[in-house]
Amino acid sequence: MPSKWIKTPFPKGSHYLSGNEAAAEGAIAAGCRFYAGYPITPSSEIMERMASRLTEVGGVFIQMEDEIASISAVIGASWAGAKAMTATSGPGFSLMQESIGYAAFTETPCVIIDVQRAGPCTGQATKVGSGDIMQAKWGSHGDYQVIALSPWSVQEMHDVTLQAFNLSERYRIPTLVMAEEAIGHLRENVSIRSKVEVWSRKKKKGAPPFGTGEEDGVAPMPAFGEGERLLVTGSTHDALGFRKTDDPTAHATLVNRINEKILKNRDGIIETEAYFLEDAEVAIVSFGFTARTSLYVVHLLRKEGMKAGMLRLKTLWPFSQEAIQRLGKGVKKVLVPEMNLGQVAGEVTKYCSCDVIPLGQTDGEIIQPEKILEMMRRIQ
Amino acid sequence: MVRAMEKYIRPGVGVTPFCPGCGHGILMHSILRAVDESKLDMKKMLFVSGIGCAAWIPSPQFDGDTLHTLHGRALAFATGAKLYNPGLCVMVVSGDGDLSSIGGNHLIHAARRNIDLKVICANNMIYGMTGGQAASTTPKGSKTSTTAGGNPYRPFDLCRLVEAAGATYVARYSVTQPVALAQSIQKSLHHVGFSFIEVLSPCPTQYGRRNRLGRPEDMIQDLIRRCILEEEAKGLTERERAEGIITGEFLS
Repeated sequence: MPSKWIKTPFPKGSHYLSGNEAAAEGAIAAGCRFYAGYPITPSSEIMERMASRLTEVGGVFIQMEDEIASISAVIGASWAGAKAMTATSGPGFSLMQESIGYAAFTETPCVIIDVQRAGPCTGQATKVGSGDIMQAKWGSHGDYQVIALSPWSVQEMHDVTLQAFNLSERYRIPTLVMAEEAIGHLRENVSIRSKVEVWSRKKKKGAPPFGTGEEDGVAPMPAFGEGERLLVTGSTHDALGFRKTDDPTAHATLVNRINEKILKNRDGIIETEAYFLEDAEVAIVSFGFTARTSLYVVHLLRKEGMKAGMLRLKTLWPFSQEAIQRLGKGVKKVLVPEMNLGQVAGEVTKYCSCDVIPLGQTDGEIIQPEKILEMMRRIQ
Repeated sequence: MVRAMEKYIRPGVGVTPFCPGCGHGILMHSILRAVDESKLDMKKMLFVSGIGCAAWIPSPQFDGDTLHTLHGRALAFATGAKLYNPGLCVMVVSGDGDLSSIGGNHLIHAARRNIDLKVICANNMIYGMTGGQAASTTPKGSKTSTTAGGNPYRPFDLCRLVEAAGATYVARYSVTQPVALAQSIQKSLHHVGFSFIEVLSPCPTQYGRRNRLGRPEDMIQDLIRRCILEEEAKGLTERERAEGIITGEFLS
């Protein structure tokens, strides 16, 4: 498989970075050499750092006229052979949705970082939120899959962005880093290793670029200019890329394939982390910044003698339904604190056989530990 | 000679998708003639298109790399591909609605950047594929499926628009001027920077039949009558100029 260990272009050791800066370094380490973006709070530092870092490593940076143009340029560059990325926040993420659907349907690897802020609409641009989780999965029309990851530290802004590129290249799919303002603007020490494992898209001369011959369901992807005379279209297409806009079988086959290639490989994609779940009676399902608070609360409750635990969702999409099913059989109650009105709680309820209690908050602030602590004491 | 351009057609493509009387076939031939005379390698050519009838000119017909994108976004996709691989010769072929209405912002910004894209805008003055609705290029007074009483608004002058925005090669021809059109496309292929050629192409199916030009030859005759070369237009009155369509190279 096309993965190899490469030297990181950033000096190894400990660096004091913001989450947004760390994400940019993760992208560069993954081999990202194209960035197109548009300024938006609270993600702009990613673009600013990419502007200077890409110049240093010989990549291409362009500030586009809007977010639609940014993601479109990213897809164009990806087909020209680039590992390509953009970053944005809520309003820009909304504008990008049609092109994200294009990337999913044409199986174009690309990475989008959404540093979520308090929505809906313009909302509170400088405040935190986590309200784009459902949009990440369902934002574009039709049935498709994306991979969406949720970092909880500045270190993970680096590592998860790198991982997003690897997954995106491996499965030829748009991969989203669902960060939050609180992580984007947090500063922590980041440990940079001297070498990282990096995946690149498969290449096979003459192979159908939208074919089904590969065991993992992911076709090799040539680039423009390699003499393959590619035919890339957002219309329903066959293995060679020819439009098939009135063939029911062609449409069903393609839609099923782009969904199945992710769903059948989900064991290799989904990552969760369990904390004190061996003997837990009450559990918190948490992700992103809130998982830091949740874990702190679990520690406090354990000291009080409560059998509390936490399941952290590092991958949001595809959803960790198996882990939730297992959790539901082992505990009596599950609390889902999140900076929205229950987007992930709804998904947990779908798969969890025990009681699920949502704890939503949408005031542009992080959820304080006292609030989770009090709720855990109440529901136990 | 008739089939001389067939070598540039993708194997497996049988018929063109265009209606009888559509001008896009002539434009398609003119593009291929320009590529042929420039002796360009199709393997190094990328054709990017948006959504609409004109977007089907290169996709899937042309035997180079083709990227058939979303409505209005062809220039943004093309910008990404060209910037990452400057060795590609990138031509954008799309319609007036795609490039100047839903994609109007990308058009002026791509022109402003003077990025090396060869843009061919097939202007049929209407939304053809969706059933003949008014476009940003529909002449004032024209009847469309959304302006039964005549279009109340002025159309864009696309050439002046992109010139003001910063394009460095700008021309307008009609498919009734196929030789000059092919020569202009050939010039744009050698031009470094943003080039824009507006190509008037008749749509008897959607435009003509609502505007007393229902037969294909009526629209062709109308274009022949109204298209005047820039040099010839110099002595005309404002009114005469407004009735005609001024063609030629405006910036090279």
